Amino acid sequence: MRSVSVDLNHDASLLIDIPDALCERDKVKFTVHTKTTLSSFQKPEFSVPRQHEDFIWLHDTLVETEDYAGLIIPPAPPKPDFESPREKMHKLGEGEATMTKDEYTKMKQELEAEYLAVFKKTVQVHEVFLQRLSSHPTLSKDRNFQIFLEYDQDLSVRRKNAKEMFGGFFKNMVKSADEVLISGIKEVDDFFEQEKTFLLDYYSKIKDSTAKAEKMTRAHKNIADDYIHVSATLNSLSADDSTANKNRYLSSSVSLQKVEGRVASDQELKLTELLRYYMRDIQAAKDLLYRRARALADYENSNKALDKARLKSKDIPQAEEHQQHCLQKFDKLSESGKKELTSFKGRRVVAFRKNLIEMAELEIKHAKVSSTLQPTCVRLFVYS
Amino acid sequence: MADTARDPPPAHTDFQELEDGEDLFLEPAVIQESGPASLPAEDISANSNGPKQDSLFDDDPEDLFAEATEEVSLDSPEREVLLSDGPSPAITPITPPTSVITPRIGLAHDDMFTHSSFDEIEEEEGGDSFDMHISVSDPEKVGDGMNAYMAYKVTTKTSMSLFKTDEFSVKRRFSDFLGLHSKLASKYLHIGYIVPPAPEKSIVGMTKVKVGKEDQSSNEFVEKRRSALERYLMRTVKHPILLKDPDVLQFLESSELPRAVSTQALSSAGLLRMVNKAADAVNKMTIKMNESDAWFEEKQQHFENLDVQLRKLHASVESLVCHRKELSVNTAQFAKSAAMLGNSEDHTALSRALSQLAEVEEKIDQLHQDQANADFYLFSELLGDYVRLITAVKGVFDHRMKTWQKWQDSQLLLQKKREAEAKLQFTNKPDKLQQAKDEIKEEIEELEGKVQQGERDFEQISKTIRKEVSRFEKERVKDFKMIIIKYLESLVQTQQQLIKYWDAFLPEAKAIS
Repeated sequence: MRSVSVDLNHDASLLIDIPDALCERDKVKFTVHTKTTLSSFQKPEFSVPRQHEDFIWLHDTLVETEDYAGLIIPPAPPKPDFESPREKMHKLGEGEATMTKDEYTKMKQELEAEYLAVFKKTVQVHEVFLQRLSSHPTLSKDRNFQIFLEYDQDLSVRRKNAKEMFGGFFKNMVKSADEVLISGIKEVDDFFEQEKTFLLDYYSKIKDSTAKAEKMTRAHKNIADDYIHVSATLNSLSADDSTANKNRYLSSSVSLQKVEGRVASDQELKLTELLRYYMRDIQAAKDLLYRRARALADYENSNKALDKARLKSKDIPQAEEHQQHCLQKFDKLSESGKKELTSFKGRRVVAFRKNLIEMAELEIKHAKVSSTLQPTCVRLFVYS
Repeated sequence: MADTARDPPPAHTDFQELEDGEDLFLEPAVIQESGPASLPAEDISANSNGPKQDSLFDDDPEDLFAEATEEVSLDSPEREVLLSDGPSPAITPITPPTSVITPRIGLAHDDMFTHSSFDEIEEEEGGDSFDMHISVSDPEKVGDGMNAYMAYKVTTKTSMSLFKTDEFSVKRRFSDFLGLHSKLASKYLHIGYIVPPAPEKSIVGMTKVKVGKEDQSSNEFVEKRRSALERYLMRTVKHPILLKDPDVLQFLESSELPRAVSTQALSSAGLLRMVNKAADAVNKMTIKMNESDAWFEEKQQHFENLDVQLRKLHASVESLVCHRKELSVNTAQFAKSAAMLGNSEDHTALSRALSQLAEVEEKIDQLHQDQANADFYLFSELLGDYVRLITAVKGVFDHRMKTWQKWQDSQLLLQKKREAEAKLQFTNKPDKLQQAKDEIKEEIEELEGKVQQGERDFEQISKTIRKEVSRFEKERVKDFKMIIIKYLESLVQTQQQLIKYWDAFLPEAKAIS
């Protein structure tokens, strides 16, 4: 299940997973299960119920923590989106009268499988978020993280109130304006210069690829749905027809449809999800660069302020202190940033490798299944 | 006096009728043999109108029908099979006449009206089995602007003795095909033959071609049309009766063909056709036929169901084609995007793998496109053809209803005249009486002829339809089976290609370190 990130959850001192989740209307309730040997926790094993909003709160508090400015904060899991299957379910209900019972049942099954797939995906993505945190040397020790895992009451009290939310929104706006800042700033460090160029370019490319992959997956799903209709109609035809031909085609087309559906969902999982996840991860890396750029800007401003102070011979010690402080911050950010970005690259390459291999293997498997099924059906036909 | 005059001297008149009857039932067999011009319906009516004036029948309707069917059964005892549900109870075939005829029709004595024996007859008379292949190729644009048209080369390859040479080709345009269909339809539809419908017109499609747009969609349009024309011709010549029609032969063989102008949509003939179609639709609703033959009722229901199901299937397959084309486009777009991502990637091995992925997806996109074409040409077009064919079948059933209606109308009229005649008996004007009686006698004779004709027509069309439907169903099963096999094979090929592509990609993915 953990397809987009690798090497997580191996450290026995803190093992986290989401063993099950409940879907109530629009809300998903995740059961977060922790097993730990760390003394900082009250119990060695425990579970708590959490909602999506709780994850977002955790993410945002981490982002706002000054100390973590030099770290890539794992991207927040996206909100569970049941919109697409729900819409389809609605359409199906409306069109029920025009379909045969068999067709309707199959469409419903397909839709239920889709619901399940969305559900699995959202569990996975929330789980990976927590596991990223638990495997990070610094972040795993975060106090809020511990509260998130342990606090057995409802977290909504601690969650963003309206004011904070607005603050978050504002922050995002400022951030995008500062994207310009990142690109504009004069970089002294080669490493960061390269990273900046790379990440900015890569982000736009991967965003595009994600969108295209999504379209591809949708088209596959449409084809699978069409095969349902085709096989259902053939079924009713063969009911009237005296020849048994159609029954055979029916069975083969049903198998085709199942395979197409399977191809679509596997492709989605391996390829599209991979691209989606890393798109968000790269955004997180860009955020790190932004924070460092901010720190650099602050440092440069403090330098200017020091010069001014020296000129006016006023408040020199404060200015010096401030400048030192900014320098320290900047250096710290640069150091940890370098580490983070390097390990990020490694992580990304490994994840791509794993997923591309798995996707290719699945495609081969499905094609093999189809290509053995169909000749059997052809033979049945020829000799009927 | 009147009564006795009306009693037919059995032997005499029967023999007379017999002669006509003989011709009556010889004609169809003869036609099957030699092909050209004469049509069963026309000849029958020509012959039967003659000597009828001499025969007078009882005014008892029941007996009337008895006589009528008796007449019919004179010629072919097998007729009893069809008429068992009919109005007449006692049918007594008169042996001498029958013996004259049996040699001809008795070829397949007991099961003349079953499918297989007709095949026998046709084959014996035709001489060779069906061996013919028609291809429509080389679409060529002739002329310029709005007067331009596409000329297609129609090549016939055959070993049948019906034709002068083994292989020959002619140039035809779309309206020629429509003209051929129009002629065949006017000759054969109303007597119960299922004439394959011609491909549909498309004003939009043709205009694009005329205007000279050399793009993907107009090329597709021409190919779609070419393929449809080929299927149309093959279906037409597979029909044993239509194959021997002189119009068909002329179409295939003669280098010059008179231009069929009445096929233009906006011509007066076109408008007339539309009006007739509307009138037909109205009439159909008002005819209440007493279906005495369960076979017809069952078959009509069967075709109604088939129609609904095929239309639905056709719609689903069209949707499939559309989505697969979409998939192809999306895959191509993704391939480009993945290539750019690969370029942007700074890890060399991953970069190479991503570029490889892009190449694989590009090849897959082409696969999808080819598969979409297969979906379309094999599956979708076949379904479209059959939807139109079933409309033709339903039309043939409707003609039978109309024939029945005509028969019933003549009967009704005859009855009225008989009643009028009876009334005449009781008028008190003897001098005018004779004249009136003679007049009415004439009218009655004429109507009796019409009634007989109507019944014969009805029986003929019913017989033809049974044969046609049986043939149609056989062809349909054959067609579908062949197409489905081809389609499945195309799917298999696609899957095998996919395996190849992904197999080639896998080591690249594994090479990422």
